[in-house]
Order: sequence, then C-alpha cells, then structure tokens
Amino acid sequence: MSDNIENIELLGTIGIFVSTPDSNSPQIRQQGSAMPFGNTHNKAKMNYDSDQEYPDLSKHNNHMAKILTPAMYERLRSKETPSGFTLDDIIQTGIDNPGHPFIMTVGCVAGDEETYEVFKELLDPVIEDRHGGYKPSDKHKTDIDPANLKGGDDLDPDYVLSSRVRTGRSVRGFCLPPHCSRGERRAVEKLSIEALASLTGDLNGKYYALKNMTDAEQQQLIDDHFLFDKPVSPLLLASGMGRDWPDARGIWHNDNKTFLVWVNEEDHLRVISMQKGGNMKEVFNRFCTGLTKIETLFKERNHAFMWNEHLGYVLTCPSNLGTGLRAGVHVKLPNMSKNAKFEDVLKKLRLQKRGTGGVDTAAVGGVFDISNADRLGFSEVELVQMVVDGVKLLVDMEKKLEKGQSIDDIMPAQK
Amino acid sequence: MPFGNTHNNFKLNYKVEDEYPDLSKHNNHMAKVLTKEMYGKIRDRQTPSGYTVDDVIQTGIDNPGHPFIMTVGCVAGDEESYEVFKELLDPVISDRHNGYKPTDKHKTDLNFENLKGGDDLDPNYVLSSRVRTGRSIKGFTLPPHNSRGERRAIEKLSVEALTSLDGEFKGKYYPLKSMTDAEQEQLINDHFLFDKPVSPLLTCAGMARDWPDGRGIMHNDNKTFLVWVNEEDHLRVISMQQGGNMREVFKRFCVGLQKIEEIFKKHNHGFMWNEHLGYILTCPSNLGTGLRGGVHVKLPKLSTHAKFDEILTRLRLQKRGTGGVDTASVGGVFDISNADRLGSSEVAQVQLVVDGVKLMVEMEKKLEKGEAIDSMIPAQK
Repeated sequence: MSDNIENIELLGTIGIFVSTPDSNSPQIRQQGSAMPFGNTHNKAKMNYDSDQEYPDLSKHNNHMAKILTPAMYERLRSKETPSGFTLDDIIQTGIDNPGHPFIMTVGCVAGDEETYEVFKELLDPVIEDRHGGYKPSDKHKTDIDPANLKGGDDLDPDYVLSSRVRTGRSVRGFCLPPHCSRGERRAVEKLSIEALASLTGDLNGKYYALKNMTDAEQQQLIDDHFLFDKPVSPLLLASGMGRDWPDARGIWHNDNKTFLVWVNEEDHLRVISMQKGGNMKEVFNRFCTGLTKIETLFKERNHAFMWNEHLGYVLTCPSNLGTGLRAGVHVKLPNMSKNAKFEDVLKKLRLQKRGTGGVDTAAVGGVFDISNADRLGFSEVELVQMVVDGVKLLVDMEKKLEKGQSIDDIMPAQK
Repeated sequence: MPFGNTHNNFKLNYKVEDEYPDLSKHNNHMAKVLTKEMYGKIRDRQTPSGYTVDDVIQTGIDNPGHPFIMTVGCVAGDEESYEVFKELLDPVISDRHNGYKPTDKHKTDLNFENLKGGDDLDPNYVLSSRVRTGRSIKGFTLPPHNSRGERRAIEKLSVEALTSLDGEFKGKYYPLKSMTDAEQEQLINDHFLFDKPVSPLLTCAGMARDWPDGRGIMHNDNKTFLVWVNEEDHLRVISMQQGGNMREVFKRFCVGLQKIEEIFKKHNHGFMWNEHLGYILTCPSNLGTGLRGGVHVKLPKLSTHAKFDEILTRLRLQKRGTGGVDTASVGGVFDISNADRLGSSEVAQVQLVVDGVKLMVEMEKKLEKGEAIDSMIPAQK
C-alpha cells in the first residue's frame, strides 16, 4: 500500500511572488522549497465556474464519459495529487477520443499511484464499469505459479500461429508515463537497465535504447511483433505518453527473443513472453519465472512495484489494473469470425478480439488476436486458463465450420 | 499531445542535466538557443497562469525538425510568456526575425492606400490571392494552454462581434461541432477551413485539446472574408479570392480587420499588442504583423530552376505547398508568401509579395520561351 497517499485540496495558489523592479512586467512566480507549486496547471480556469469548464461529452462513448457528471466534475476539479496531476489531466484522453470503433475505451489515465485514491470518486465507478462490477471493497488475488495452469501445451499450430503473455509493472516512487518528467523517465530506464542486465541463463539478454536503434533494427523488431510502435495512436498521444520520444525508451530482450521488456511506453515496464505456435504453457512458464526474478531484482534496489490488495498491480490505464495481464494468440478463424455467433461466443468465453497490429487495428486475412478480456478480480493463472480453454474451443468450432458442420451443440455457457 | 503533464511537481527533485531535453538530433530555433545553463535558470519559473518552460518547449522537443521549413520549436501560453521567458524567447525571436533586438520597435500600418499596384498579377499564373493574420484577445490565455471555459468565452465574444458586421462583411458563424462532415469537407477543399489537427507541430503544443469544442469559422456571404476562431490563435482573419487582384484582397483585409478591432475594444477586450513585439500571437514566428500575404501561383519551370530558392530569399519570400504550412507542392503550383512578420509593417510586407510575385511570373514566362533569367535576378531586399 502506498504510504503517502494524501488528499490534497488546494483552494488557492501557492508560490512565492518575486517583486520585479519594472511595474509593467508581470509577476514571476518562483518556486521556493515548498511543493506543490499550484493547484491546477492553468490557474485561470478556476475563474470560470464548473459549467463553463465541464467538457462536452455528448458525442462520446467511453467509460469516463458515462460516469463524469457535471456535479462530479465540480467536486473534483480543484484537487490534485502530490505530484500535481489533476482531473483534467486524467480525462483529457477521453475528451479527445470520443469513441473507438473496435473497443470501448476507458477514457482516463492515472498520472501516479495516488491518482486512484485522490480521484476515487471518478475512478471507482470507471473500474466497476470496466471490470465486471468490481467493488471498492473487493480484494484482488495474485497467482503467478505456472504449475497451476492445466494443459495449454497443445493448441493446434495450424491455426494458432503464435502465443503471447504480457503484463505491465509500475515502479514505485515515480510518476506514470502520462505525467513523468524526463528526469523521472530516465531514472526508471537506468534502474531497469541495471536490473535486467543481471538476468542469466535463458534470460540472458541485451537492452536496446530506442534513440540509438537504427531504422532498420527498429523496423525488424516491429515486424517481429517485438517492439512497440512509435506513438501514433491518439489514445496514447492525447494523454501525454508520447512526450520527449524516444528519450529513455527502449527494449530489452533475451538472446532467443522469447522474453522481452519494454521500458517507458504506456507503463514503466511491459514484460512479454512469446513464441511461435500454440504452446501457451511454455510461454506462461517463462513469463512467471522471468517476472518473479525481475520483481526480486527491483525490490533489492529499493523500488518495489506499485501494488495494493484492492487494485492489485497499479498501472497507467485503469483497464490494466489487477493482473495487468493480457494473454493471447494470433489464430486463424476466417470462418468462425464471419459466423453470426462469433461475438457472443467470445463474450461467453470472456475473451476479446483485436487486429494483429495491436489494440486499435483491424484484423487482416482472417487472423485475429484473441485474448482474455478481464484483468482485475481474477488471478493470472485463471485468466490464462480461460484463454487456453477458449481458444481450443474456437479452433474446434473453426474446424467444424470448415467442414460445413454446425457449431450449435458446442456453444459454451457464460464463464 | 502533451500539455498538462509539464506541470509535474517532482521534476525539481532531479538535477538540471537529468531534466534537460536531448536536443542532439534537433533542428529548430529553440534547440539552437536553449542551453542546459539557460534551462537550469528558467526551469522553476511560471507565468501567473502557470505556464512553464517545459510547456513552451515541448513542441520543439517532440518535433525535431521539419523537411520544408525551419520551425520555431516553442510556443507562448499567454501574453506574459514573452516576458517571463525572455531569456529564451528574445534570442529565438532574434534568430527567427533577422536579428530583431530586444530594444527594437515594431511598426503597424494597416492603411491599404499605402500599397502601390497589386491589382494586375496575371491570373493565368496567379490562381488565388490571400492575406491572413492572427489576433489574441487580452485577458485570456493562448491556445496551447487555455481551458475550456476560456476557449468558450473567446468563442462567445467572437460570435457577438463578428455577427454584428455588415455590408460586404455580413456573414454567419459555423461552430465546428455542429458542422456536417460534408460542409466541413467543402470548406476544406475551398481552402476556407482549418484542418482537423493532425499536424504534430500543433498537436504537441496542446492546441488540439477538446477539439472541436469552442472552434468555428465565420465567413461573409461571398466567402471572401473569413475568421477562424480558436485554432492556432484566438482569431485568424483572412481575406481571399480567386485570381491575382491582391490590392482588392488587401483592402478588404484592412477594412474588415479594423472594424473587428473596434468592436472588440468596445467590449473591453482589446487585442494583445505592444510596441516592441507588435501583435502577440501563439507562435513567436507570427509576432509583429502576424501577416502572411500570399498567392497560389503556377511556377513549374522556375521552381525547378537552380536559383529558385535564392531568388525567394532575395525577395524575402517563402514557398509552401498548397495544403498549408507542412505540405508539399503539387503540380508545380506553389504557395508564395512573405517570409517576414516582425520589424516591417503590413503594407511593406504585402508590397514585397506583390512586387516579388510579379517578377517571378515574368521569369516563368521567360523560361517557358527558353530564355535566360540571369539578368532579372533581383538584389537582396
């Protein structure tokens, strides 16, 4: 649990005005030793009443827009976290991205660990809405013991082209990517490089800073689905995560390219295990082993990961709270995906579809990225189990449809 | 699209060298001027509205260089930015505006009768003529920084002012949020409307926040006089028409602008102006007159001539593609406009365009006939 959560309500401005000799020049506020420096970034906005500042969400379809009423906006708009993150910071991405064609977006982000506490009035209902009714009093269970996964080593490689598990981790003591300064971001990178450099065996690897990578290296890593995109997605850009690119961003991977860590993209760390084919069990084994080692290394350096018993692992996007885990496959489902029941089946299996380029892309050639829909309220093992069992069923359905058979008798119940 | 994130309270816990941006691959005015020492000196300041140096420079960090134009790499968030961050902005201004000094005074001249000629540019070459400027309204912060409440207040004030114009300026206001996609597309194709913000130069400075809230366009019934509200500046005022009669365009520009200015003054919201920087605008490149007077002109031969860029430099002109500031030219048609904004008046700048374009069209005609243009190359203006 974070040990310095405070509700900071600043009703006036704080700062030290330095008088200037020329009465025509404006006052310059200089920062003394007191923090924070001001209540909201644009101080003039508190001169306008809440109705004048409340965003127009009439054409919007995201979780934030559904929840943020004018009255709530009014109550929260003068608050900030200790690092200075405000309500307007949280919601800007949701204002600027009214709705997404393929996925119901969250429309808000955290700037630091305290965001989830200071702005709980907004974020608790968003979390509840997004995570299947998860309540403020609920507790989240963590289970990264790969021995608890049943099966998962025999998904048909004629259909399942690749398997992947990723999660995110935030390093305590630093602000999150929407809000971190260059100094913070570089400190996170430095710490990550030190920690990862001490991994050995089949986790022996190397760090590639984005700013030193050649265009060719970078393109190869993108094509291999190893590297994160240059930030073009408006979902990321509108929340400030693209600032100062590519400063302090990079990728570490092991020699086999089966275990990767992204540094300073949408979260401080993204940890990924992946390989061709359908052996999700092996992928998950490596994932758990590697992640546990990394966590130990960070703790040794006095920078634990942000975690609490209510929200599990604390990440930038409320959609990734809990496990932060997305386990998925690239799978050929040209027939199944055209079937009228496809969406319903996915829903019942608690799975989600994406294009093969990532979160906001379309499917190409009947190949889909199928992964767990949940993050919070289920453990890591439970989520990967759903993927393993669900994909197995989807492939069986695809095979039936290929043969012109019906799939009605193998429709699943709601998990 | 960073904006509010540059107000992170913890950054002062980090040393200057840890916070100083990596500008090693950068080519813009800000990157040339902002040393680590300067950054160290000004990094804990803010304007009364809370604008910081990181706000000023974020766009320049995120846009290292532009293929067609040397960008400024910094923006103001309010009128006071130019004072509070003068250590940075004075040298940027000097660099950008031909050595303009902190002690220099700027001259305003919006008397259209002082323009000589300009009514006879050859319409076979000069497809259209246009003059634009920007204006900022005192009492509000600027587009990179303003809140929704401020932006809406600016819009409200503008709508009141603009819908009271009459005669040839009588027109209507179209808020962006109520426009149909079809209307919007038509206005873009007519070169009337501003783009949805995709240019990273604008988005990285926070100017696209809350789009399209508080944005709109007013134009007169003839579509020859337009005002953009809340794009890169509070107001952009534009006079334009097909063909080469720049004189008529400039007259309408001056008359309309002065009418608008009077109305805003009556509402107790004068325009930001001072005798050193002239009209205060968001981008330091637009200080002074904020004026860009230009034409779309066919120069397929001249534009491929080895001396084209040099001729432009000597004439104090600038080329762009016909889609606006960061586009490429299409089919040999160029947007040619004045390069200067600060240190010379409106009349002087439009005069340069009129005289310069006339000369370039004559050069084009010579090249068409296979004749040399060496004797026509102008002296440096």
